[in-house]
Amino acid sequence: MSRYFDFPDFPADQSSAHVSVPRNELTLICLLAITDCYKKQVKAARPNSACHRNRRINVGDGVAIEARDVSKIFGTSTDQEVWALDHVSVSIAQNEFFTLLGPSGCGKTTLLRLIAGFEHPTDGAILLEGEDISALPPFQRPVNTVFQNYALFPHMTVAQNIGFGLEMQGRPKDEVADTVGAMLSLVKMENLKDRRVDQISGGQQQRVALARALAPRPKVLLLDEPLSALDLKLRKEMQLELKRLQHETGITFIFVTHDQEEALTMSDRVAVMRDGEIHQIGSPQDIYNRPNNRFVADFIGESNFLEVQLLSRNGSTAKVRFANGTELDATLPSTDVTSGSITVIVRPEHARLTADRSAGHLQGVVNDAVYFGTDTHYYLTLDGGEEFVIRQQNQRGDRGKISSGTQVGVTINEDSIQVLAN
Amino acid sequence: MAEIGQSPLRASTPIGIGAKAAIAAEKRELKTRWLLVSPAMVIIGLAGVLPLSIILFYSFMSPGPYAGVSFEPTLRAWVFLILEEDLFEETLGLNYAHISIFSRSIGLALGTTVLTLIVGFPTAYFIATRPLRQRNFWLFMISLPFWSNLLVRTFAIMMFIREQGFVNHVLLYLGVIDKPLSIMFTPTAVWIGLVYAYLPLMVMPLYASMEKLDFRLIEAAYDLYASRWKVLQKVIIPLVKPGIVAGSILVFIPSIGAYVTPKLLGGGKSLMLGNLISNQFGTSRDWPLGSALALFLMAMVMIALIVYVRNESGKSAHG
Repeated sequence: MSRYFDFPDFPADQSSAHVSVPRNELTLICLLAITDCYKKQVKAARPNSACHRNRRINVGDGVAIEARDVSKIFGTSTDQEVWALDHVSVSIAQNEFFTLLGPSGCGKTTLLRLIAGFEHPTDGAILLEGEDISALPPFQRPVNTVFQNYALFPHMTVAQNIGFGLEMQGRPKDEVADTVGAMLSLVKMENLKDRRVDQISGGQQQRVALARALAPRPKVLLLDEPLSALDLKLRKEMQLELKRLQHETGITFIFVTHDQEEALTMSDRVAVMRDGEIHQIGSPQDIYNRPNNRFVADFIGESNFLEVQLLSRNGSTAKVRFANGTELDATLPSTDVTSGSITVIVRPEHARLTADRSAGHLQGVVNDAVYFGTDTHYYLTLDGGEEFVIRQQNQRGDRGKISSGTQVGVTINEDSIQVLAN
Repeated sequence: MAEIGQSPLRASTPIGIGAKAAIAAEKRELKTRWLLVSPAMVIIGLAGVLPLSIILFYSFMSPGPYAGVSFEPTLRAWVFLILEEDLFEETLGLNYAHISIFSRSIGLALGTTVLTLIVGFPTAYFIATRPLRQRNFWLFMISLPFWSNLLVRTFAIMMFIREQGFVNHVLLYLGVIDKPLSIMFTPTAVWIGLVYAYLPLMVMPLYASMEKLDFRLIEAAYDLYASRWKVLQKVIIPLVKPGIVAGSILVFIPSIGAYVTPKLLGGGKSLMLGNLISNQFGTSRDWPLGSALALFLMAMVMIALIVYVRNESGKSAHG
């Protein structure tokens, strides 16, 4: 795919420096090509259109950002030391939508600020396309940031804000104007270009912040909880918008959020962080279906935690015995698990109620049933005393919900039990 | 006034039924307000408007034989503001002494404003970037000299810059100079004294606008390829401009009318407007000319203020 951001003057693209098409024209051609391609894809809604295939090839072509054994300690005296990052290593592929997910104070924003250059690592290195950039100031890194509260310049218009980075790079005036125009149309803000930033809405400010950060064609775009200030409806819109922008520009996005839903819906890969450490890196499906440990399982989605006995292992699966004696297959995590008493999780939607107690894998009593429209949540107490939640999709023909106090059996879907690392 | 005048009572009373009561309440409130304001009005009237009117009146009179005024109306004082009578030929010519004093006053006031800005800007930035608890300490340190008398402070500066003072000792010791600098009784001494005296007036408003500055904007500018100098030029200065303007006005106005500082540090050769005015009421015994000069000084201050207000209102109209 002819990406918008592949420019003859782009330092990484020395090979294409001989292209004789004037830069501004090239900008337009590329932009048109992308938009066209994108439209076609949307119309046809075929996952295997040219756009999609090329994009697939592009992802993973090379490493965009690598954090190598990075630690960041705040506070000077030893008793006040805070390890914001504790020997973190992660490598993010080119054109990837990578999300750092975790509760506040987990170090995700610190990692972002280290990549942007606002902080410098206490230990370890940050590499951009294989080059150590740890010591470079922010204004010398081809990395731009979309700030949590946008940080738009209040004394400038929308267009001036978007053109700021290009002007600071010393680009010629007409190139700045052209790129600003292209950016305005990319984020659909052409008619508001002369407004002051305090005269536009939060969602529009968000778009301007995006356009401002994208305009200088960074190699990596950092997004620091950019959607947290928006209301729910706008947030959903912007999630799609961000995916579209990433798709159209082909830039590596590193997205920081504490919202698990945002992380799951938007990312190619997610890194779950806590207390300055990365607990798991994987695709949204991996993170949700195969959480490594209790924290990841608890932080993302709802989980039922059950204590079981590990009987035997067979490659990536194991045989486990529940408290009531039932023996089932479970998936082992990537990290090693000791034998004996272990914890497994079952997602609420991966289990079903059965009226016949003895037919189920587990037995219990319904405490409460809450109707949610699309599905009903059943809160159970198992015979062993553990709490258990089942989420069951509602059908038109359902004969009403099962009332509390009913003795029921629980059937767990095949391949739905995940062993947690201890 | 309008929004204060609207009592909450009136807003909540249904129209018609309680209207009379509301009007009465408002009248009472108006009376109370006048009562509260009246002491200030009396003070402004007695200490401000009345003396000013007397000065204005005096400036159109002739000087009395032994100071004071004789009540013969004339424009003499206003003419003598910039002109003088030749003793022998009885013709009028430019009064170069006055003109040099005016230009020195304006020059020193502008110079003081510029230097306090140059010194005060980094100072205010330093304070504004400290952790919240440290800021009050630094502000206290900056305003500390302000709590002592201007006279005392000026004497302190004298001790510092005189021929056998600290500055000369240090410079001689370091070998920067081989004979003591004579800074005292020059416009430079006055300049240093004025900068020292009015620096807090520059730092405070600068700090106030820098404190409001969103430092994430600076990060955003760094992120968008702006070097430190460009960040200062394109982001910090435009955003703290109200503070710069306010500080400049606050320093310029007292500087142009400075009296103690030029008197002590400037000697006889570096008179400023304030000293010239005081001379007219003292040794020269020309009260009308003194009055005219005082009004002239006031006019200059007013012009500076009007420029400032215009600038501000223009900005808010734009916003």
